[in-house]
Amino acid sequence: MTYILKPQLHHPALAKNSLGYTRRDYEGSVSTLCAGCGHDSISASIIQACFELELPPHRVAKLSGIGCSSKTPDYFLGNSHGFNTVHGRMPSVLTGANLANRDLIYLGVSGDGDSASIGLGQFAHAIRRGVNMLYIVENNGVYGLTKGQFSATSDKGSKSKRGVVNTDAGIDMVSLALQMGATFVGRSFSGDKDQLVPLIKAGLAHKGAAFIDCVSPCVQFNNHTGSTKSFDYVREHNEAVNRLDVITPRDEIRVDYKPGETVKVQQHDGSILSLHKLNDLYNPASRAQALGYLQARQARGQIVTGLLFVDPNAGDLHDAVGTVETPLNALGEAELVPGAGALERINAALR
Amino acid sequence: MQRTRELGPDYFHKVVDCQWACPAHTPVPEYIRLIADGRYGDAYMINWKSNVFPGVLGRTCDRPCEPACRRGRVEDEPVAICRLKRVAADNKGDVAARMPPVTTARNGKRVALVGCGPASLTVARDLAPLGYELTVFDGDTRSAGMIRSQIPRFRLPEEVIDEEVGFITALGGIELRLGQRVDSLKALLDDGYDAVFVGSGAPRGRDLDIPGRREAAANIHIGIDWLSNVSFGHTEKIGKRVIVLGGGNTAMDCCRTSRRLGGTDVKVIVRSGFEEMKASPWEKEDAMHEDIPIINMRVPKAFTHENGKLTGVLFEVVEAVIDDKGRRKLVPTGDLDEHYACDDVLVAVGQENAFPWIEDDIGLEFDEWHMPRVDAASFQSTLPNVFFGGDAAFGPKNIIWAVAHGHDAAVSIHKFCQGEDVAVRPPPGATLVSQKMGIHEWSYDNDVSNDQRYRVPLRDKHEALKDIRVEVELGFDRELALGEAQRCLNCDVQTVFADKLCIECDACVDICPMDCITFTEDGDEADLRGRLKAPATNLTQDLYVSGKLPTGRVMAKDEDVCLHCGLCAERCPTGAWDMQKFYLEMTHAGGLRG
Repeated sequence: MTYILKPQLHHPALAKNSLGYTRRDYEGSVSTLCAGCGHDSISASIIQACFELELPPHRVAKLSGIGCSSKTPDYFLGNSHGFNTVHGRMPSVLTGANLANRDLIYLGVSGDGDSASIGLGQFAHAIRRGVNMLYIVENNGVYGLTKGQFSATSDKGSKSKRGVVNTDAGIDMVSLALQMGATFVGRSFSGDKDQLVPLIKAGLAHKGAAFIDCVSPCVQFNNHTGSTKSFDYVREHNEAVNRLDVITPRDEIRVDYKPGETVKVQQHDGSILSLHKLNDLYNPASRAQALGYLQARQARGQIVTGLLFVDPNAGDLHDAVGTVETPLNALGEAELVPGAGALERINAALR
Repeated sequence: MQRTRELGPDYFHKVVDCQWACPAHTPVPEYIRLIADGRYGDAYMINWKSNVFPGVLGRTCDRPCEPACRRGRVEDEPVAICRLKRVAADNKGDVAARMPPVTTARNGKRVALVGCGPASLTVARDLAPLGYELTVFDGDTRSAGMIRSQIPRFRLPEEVIDEEVGFITALGGIELRLGQRVDSLKALLDDGYDAVFVGSGAPRGRDLDIPGRREAAANIHIGIDWLSNVSFGHTEKIGKRVIVLGGGNTAMDCCRTSRRLGGTDVKVIVRSGFEEMKASPWEKEDAMHEDIPIINMRVPKAFTHENGKLTGVLFEVVEAVIDDKGRRKLVPTGDLDEHYACDDVLVAVGQENAFPWIEDDIGLEFDEWHMPRVDAASFQSTLPNVFFGGDAAFGPKNIIWAVAHGHDAAVSIHKFCQGEDVAVRPPPGATLVSQKMGIHEWSYDNDVSNDQRYRVPLRDKHEALKDIRVEVELGFDRELALGEAQRCLNCDVQTVFADKLCIECDACVDICPMDCITFTEDGDEADLRGRLKAPATNLTQDLYVSGKLPTGRVMAKDEDVCLHCGLCAERCPTGAWDMQKFYLEMTHAGGLRG
């Protein structure tokens, strides 16, 4: 762990966004994770994405559970709202917060233990309810905080650092999210920020339940030969289906690719997802095809990455429940105490 | 582009901007760390070996290191390197025992040194421990040349000069013949010296030949001669109204000295604009602090006089324009000439070399500017046994250059006297050592201070102006020195990258506060510079580039604004980054390092 604070001095040419913030203004405190942890790269990608989206830090709420991954919200967005919840219970707390104040941007950060073991049920239900959030699982396939036991996402047949072979089937979080009805599903790798940053931007801009499974090597306990979540293994078996550019309404539209190679998808907030196809057969608009493709590639030992599924017209939990447009904390006495007449009408309707 | 580790030790030397910029290549960050550690004597000795006059230079150096300082590129101002040197000198304690032992064994070689200024004294310092018999001649009756004669006492107390000249003369084998001007190089050579070193400076102040110069001569003085007369006590007074002509450091010394000798209305009037003046910014600041206005864009036209007595100076008003060829020129504005009344004028418009004592027919060649032909590396003249250094070699510079010349000339003289080739120069000594003490611990303080540059405390102005012998700057006390020393970025503790250990996890990229590090596809330098995480636009600063890594990319680091905080190495899981101290010492005569 690093003992000094990251120096405040920054590059003299460091850019500012329209809010007057530099990328450094979106940082948190210095990471206490092991040197080289993939999670730190994900934190850096979240910082970059929020800077590029020009999000006001005080309009973001970051929530997490327990574990190495769930410590990371301390290391980014130091001026945003944060809630470090009980193990596996982040989805419920996030759902509650979202219902109470729908104006904030919700970022759930969790790990494979927090979301695939103790919190599996919570994860599934938050997704199927369509809570408007970006849910990132920092997936290293190992229990790093307790010294390297297999987690529920460890692949069957992979080897632990001590040479033990995993006999349990691994849970594939992406397939699960697709089955539970997530309306934005992506997978990426902590070692590929060019892919990860646009995915995070698109996920934050997405209305509905957005999910990113991010493979993040544990340098301490899961970066050896025989692991399927090591830097080398992921680099060798990574099969990216597309490359994403996120064009916000503020951005100039640049055309980098020939027509036909690129699919443009407009999201609810006006942002455009420009998808450059790396695989002609892959269609991110079809949930069923996505599931099939994933299964087939997984059987061949490949790790499919990119934007795997998106429904740009998705609704969210508020639409389903029909909640009031105004955040609860902004409702005045008149709205909250409508008076005896209103009560009378409700009672009458129920008779 | 070519991987960096094939480029040699010059690469790392260049990263230490201050040391690279210093003509004597003083290991600056090393002595600053020692000051922070309270080891003032050790800090002094590093300086003494390298630049011979730490106490003098800590007050008077032209500081080429400070504009080069990396700190000045990451915030407003560089580290106050020069004044930290003075702290080492002020607090060094008794260092007599740490000086080289007195040499009694003689090597049988005799060397004559002409002039007793910084260049000659450096040669003497370097050669004395090797057993030479050294004779130093100077026309002045006191040692140290321009250090004593031209730098006013309120900037540099006499004790400091005496002490540091004393360290040299105590080495043994050195005879000072003060008050004995050399009138003939031929005669000196006939005395049978094995070698002669000419360190006689640039002793002639340039005059200003405009109307009225002769008529008003009694109140018009050449700046450096006048300063020297003040220094030796021949001049103790000046008129109330003084005009100093010239914009260099000598002009600044002239005006401030005038303020202390009775001048109440002292002005500096300069041809050029304020920014273009040759004086160092801090010297201009010091003059203005003593209520001396600097008036620019005025070209002196005539000295006015009445009944043989100076009454003032007439100036033409000019402005700077850029001509068709892009050159800056001063042209008259057409405004009326301005007249400034005064009692005395000090002319400080430049210095010249003068060698009336060197005969034409002895084989020593001069160039078209009447300067001796001197080899830029060996300082040897066309007479193989005659060497030059300091202002005498290449015209007026400053003390630190004279010292650097002296070291190089001493190497040559020693080689010449031993029958070796003076063209073969000794390489500097260089070491590169890991500073790792523990998982996240380094043997240097890697926490970067956010403090702004500290100001050197000054004596109360009223008191300072009363006595010319009272030093104006009080120097940093130990506490201020610690604060200032902590601003140093430890640029000599280098980020060293081992390609083979890197797993490309990006941890260094993510933690680097200055966005120095990028992993990217290889390319030529110009291409790479534009593709880095922060574009590398300072072309004077190198890129540190690795060999090909497993993904086919390379690591490219822009050295420009690296804080040397070591966080890349702290966050590196495999030790591919390491912080290693690069220590470079120049090799002086006889293989001695310093």
